[in-house]
Amino acid sequence: MELALQAAVNGGLLGVFFALMAIGFTLIFGVMGVANLAHGELYMIGAYVVWLTYTQGIMPFPLAVIVGVAVVIGIGLAIERGLFRPMRGNPMMGLIASIGMIFILQVFVATTWHVGLMKHIPPYIRGSLEVFGASASLQRLMVIPVAASLLGGLWFFLRRVRQGRALRAVAQDPEVASLQGVSIDRTALIAMAIAAGLAGTAGGLMAPIMRVDPYMGHSAIITALMVTIVGGMGNIEGALLASFIYGFLISFVTTYVDGLMATIAGVLLMFVVLVVRPRGLLGRA
Amino acid sequence: MRKIKGGYLGLAVFFCVFAALPFVLGEYHINIILMMLIWMIVAVSYRLLATTGEISLGHVVTMGIGGYTSALLARHLGFSFWVTAPLGGLVAAVFAAATAYPLFRMKGFYFVLGSFALGEAVRLSWKRWIVPFGGDRGLLYIPSPSLGSFTFDTILPYYFLTLGIAAACLAVMYLIDQSRIGKALVAIHSQDLLCESLGINVLGYKTLAYITASFFAGIAGALMAHYMGMVSPSQFSLTFMLYVVVWVIVGGLNTFWGPIVGVIILYLIQEVLRIHLIEYMPLFYGIVLIAVVFALPGGLESLPRRIADWRRARKQTGLLNIR
Repeated sequence: MELALQAAVNGGLLGVFFALMAIGFTLIFGVMGVANLAHGELYMIGAYVVWLTYTQGIMPFPLAVIVGVAVVIGIGLAIERGLFRPMRGNPMMGLIASIGMIFILQVFVATTWHVGLMKHIPPYIRGSLEVFGASASLQRLMVIPVAASLLGGLWFFLRRVRQGRALRAVAQDPEVASLQGVSIDRTALIAMAIAAGLAGTAGGLMAPIMRVDPYMGHSAIITALMVTIVGGMGNIEGALLASFIYGFLISFVTTYVDGLMATIAGVLLMFVVLVVRPRGLLGRA
Repeated sequence: MRKIKGGYLGLAVFFCVFAALPFVLGEYHINIILMMLIWMIVAVSYRLLATTGEISLGHVVTMGIGGYTSALLARHLGFSFWVTAPLGGLVAAVFAAATAYPLFRMKGFYFVLGSFALGEAVRLSWKRWIVPFGGDRGLLYIPSPSLGSFTFDTILPYYFLTLGIAAACLAVMYLIDQSRIGKALVAIHSQDLLCESLGINVLGYKTLAYITASFFAGIAGALMAHYMGMVSPSQFSLTFMLYVVVWVIVGGLNTFWGPIVGVIILYLIQEVLRIHLIEYMPLFYGIVLIAVVFALPGGLESLPRRIADWRRARKQTGLLNIR
């Protein structure tokens, strides 16, 4: 019972992390129609900036995360402007170009700060919270309020703010939206900034918990892909739901079987959803 | 007809060159062109499926299925290479046949992800089940092929063995490319609904392409397994899959020769980089990929035609080219 409770707590925390990654990824797909496979590298760079600034004692942790997010947004905007905008209307080539971007960003980080060094980042908040025998470190729990406020803000933006509604309009039908006077280029930049910001936040906050290396984006993008597919490409509510499905699935299978089996189960779930409901759990047929 | 003859001449010249190369190269370089031949089988077979317009991210895992099958049969049952390698191809083809139906329910981007998911599930299974697949370390001590009392355990005999098998594989794939089947595959890429309405069985042709491509990838995997003496999950990871995609896209998908050109050129550059700048290799791949996607969507093979077009255009407009 204690084990199950612990697995549930871990699953919930994983779900929050997946949501931060997957919602940005799915937003980009919805607005620009391109699957940005370099999304995991944005997350990796967020973690690296925190390692560079906070661990070296240049700035306190919260500031380091904010700087990380700013850097990642900058890189994201550059990718959108330089890579995805010229490729608009050709999603397959955009996807392939983003694969090229993965290689470039990984090598950039690996050669600048070297792979071999173990990047140990001390937790910002020490201690842990215990409820009915299940425990979670405060550093991990910190992700919850941050993610909740960010995603709440995103929801408000998309539903209530004019520019956010314009963003949803572009996601639904770019042509009609542009006929209504919505600037697609600007909307794409905004979507990219939001997505990169969420990925950078995830990277910055998770840096003390995760193993920070230039290839950490690989596993992050694979889970983000699985979550996005199961939720339905471009579907934000679906991605949120699927994040928690995956969080619990991976946490429980890891606890009761092992980590590899958890990944296999996750990949197979995505495959089954792709075959049976290609539009995702919440998608319209 | 004349075009087909030219193609065969090209293949013949190609193999004469590769047969002559070991006599002028050292052992280290023979090793490089041997691996190049193996990857060429993979790249050309990859094009077979890619001509239908579907970009698979599971092809290298299919290659691994051939490698693992051949390794397991040779190690545990003592079968000879001449049986295990074709069986490796066959098992890869059977895997393709079994997974074709669910995979081809997807198209475009969804197919990319579906093929990746399927491949990754297989690859992780090799890691997970240490018996019989050997986990992360994989399978070691795979015996070298032998014929009578002669074993192909040194590099030169194994090179010629690889060359022979690669020649056979490429020739068969060239035949397929030139046949009605090859034409149908290209047609499916450009207009699949039109093909369907003309009575071309789109799903059937795609399945056929997938099974055939997997068979040749499996053979290549077996060749690699017996050459290296080992197979492990990391040899068939996404990184290598992406390399194959880069080779094929940089070389070009439109003709049979594109992937071959891509493998030769990029593999050579990669080997040069490996000596001095190994950590910059992915950077090089990334830049080349983006450059080709932007500036040369048809790949390197389209370069001669493009230059010819450009010169003709310049000749026609002359100095009055205001644009």
